[in-house]
Amino acid sequence: MGISREEVEHVARLARLGLTEEEQARLQQQLSQILGAMQAIDRLDTAAIPPTAQVIPLHTVTREDVVRPSLPVEDVFRNAPRREGNFLKVPPVLE
Amino acid sequence: MELTDLTAVQALGRMRAGEISSEELTRAYLERIERLDRGVIQAYVTVTPEHALEQAHAADERRRAGDEAPLLGVPMALKDLALTRGVRTTCSSKMLEEFVPIEDATITRRLYEAGAVLLGKTNMDEFAMGSSTENSAFFPTRNPWGDLNRVPGGSSGGSAAAVAARLAPFAIGSDTGGSIRQPASLCGLVGFKPTYGRVSRYGLIAFASSLDQFGPLTVDVADCALVTGVIAGHDPLDSTSLDAAVPSYSDALNDNPPVGSGEDLRGVRIGVPREYFVAGMESGVEQSVRAALDVLRGLGAELDEVSLPHTDYGLAAYYIIAPAECSANLARYDGVKYGYSAPDAESMWDGYYKTRGRGFGAEVKRRIMLGTYALSSGYYDAYYLKAQKIRTLIKQDFDVAFERFDALVAPTSPTVAFKLGERTDDPLAMYLSDVCTLPVNLAGLPGLSLPCGLSEGMPVGLQVIGKPLDELGVLKIARAYEHAGGWNGRRPDLAS
Repeated sequence: MGISREEVEHVARLARLGLTEEEQARLQQQLSQILGAMQAIDRLDTAAIPPTAQVIPLHTVTREDVVRPSLPVEDVFRNAPRREGNFLKVPPVLE
Repeated sequence: MELTDLTAVQALGRMRAGEISSEELTRAYLERIERLDRGVIQAYVTVTPEHALEQAHAADERRRAGDEAPLLGVPMALKDLALTRGVRTTCSSKMLEEFVPIEDATITRRLYEAGAVLLGKTNMDEFAMGSSTENSAFFPTRNPWGDLNRVPGGSSGGSAAAVAARLAPFAIGSDTGGSIRQPASLCGLVGFKPTYGRVSRYGLIAFASSLDQFGPLTVDVADCALVTGVIAGHDPLDSTSLDAAVPSYSDALNDNPPVGSGEDLRGVRIGVPREYFVAGMESGVEQSVRAALDVLRGLGAELDEVSLPHTDYGLAAYYIIAPAECSANLARYDGVKYGYSAPDAESMWDGYYKTRGRGFGAEVKRRIMLGTYALSSGYYDAYYLKAQKIRTLIKQDFDVAFERFDALVAPTSPTVAFKLGERTDDPLAMYLSDVCTLPVNLAGLPGLSLPCGLSEGMPVGLQVIGKPLDELGVLKIARAYEHAGGWNGRRPDLAS
């Protein structure tokens, strides 16, 4: 099962992952190898099998909607890369 | 005997008797870390001496005031993905190299309340993705056994190496596909992944949320039972946390029949899954595991072979499901709220590409790519949905087996610890390290690894797999084997 260079670039774009030329070439080769090994699952007929997303017998877990104190503002900004006043500063969204 | 040779249970006994203080014990560990960690074992990313001595002092005060908390004054190490308020938590990633949490994980809080003292945060494969701890963005950790040229396993390799080298009496790890049990096996320890949902994941930096679970790495089964009892239990802050009563594991382990009576496992039905004796398994590993089966028979257990027919598909299903969940979980690292942020971003989109391209290492990128691919339009049904259906079949294999058996035993890892660098260029060979452990995560079951011998001078692990929420049944089998098998408590000789 091969994966093309275009597919590598497309998937990296979906994941917002900046890759160098070298990384793209290596990932094309490695993902092809890994996906090739994954082909094993095609041998199984699973048409009638329901999927399992999680294994515990829990459904929608809810809690009471009670007012609780929020985090202190300084705590929220403790790890912020860029701050301006009480705002997180980000690069321009529109050019 | 050095203070650092004591198990947690032994150290507690000495502290209760007033023979030693937590401060003395903590200082002994800090001195040993100073001597043997950086440049030798390299188990810790961050050591917290002031924090530790403060907590040790508080623990001694609590004891003087009559407090009998279950881990009062016992030092510990936490894998560097458990949030610790005020103490850097990196996930061994450049992305979080300077991240200082503003709150504790539930497991951290429970351990602190039980009186445990934090020595530091341990190295791991970046974001828990790997089986050797070589994917740490900072440095590799060395297995304390042998010539210090082998991996400790992973992804909780720092936690395992710390306990094996007596740089902590016990440590916490996390296990998504074997990341507690495999390093425990490779470092000669007891490592336990409880039932999915048994231990709160609140404050565990997420990798694959339907598989991740915290658990202890300890020297013996008694310590494992003690720590498991502290960390298990319902948490309203984790919506996947199970609201089920937690038995007193330590007390129950000492109940009838008495250990050493030769009748310890009378009537216990144990299945041996034939598919777990995989091709490529080292003969020394197989011999040790087969010998352990004889010991279990000698203790009165009824052993029989069983087939888990879909085991062969587990690896492929796991390496689709876990990367898919990882690609979604790691979307949060955008350089805006916390973590590494590219300083030269020209626009919002450019910032995402640069931040994520530089902040993540090779294996994390590989898994994000694999997961994004498996979830992308046109491939979702063929990969992700198909893998989820295989997960159903793997779960059903276990359900059928547990109609006949109380527990299953198998090898933990098909090989002993491999050499540093041996598998780093071959992701598929690395993925095969988890072939015997990851089906247990897919089915959400409790799984424990404990030492059952040496091969080439390196430890071999026996895996005990239980029914959902039957942590006690697993611990009882492990305790009986440990007592009869004679492998408990061995740690490597380190020039000290």
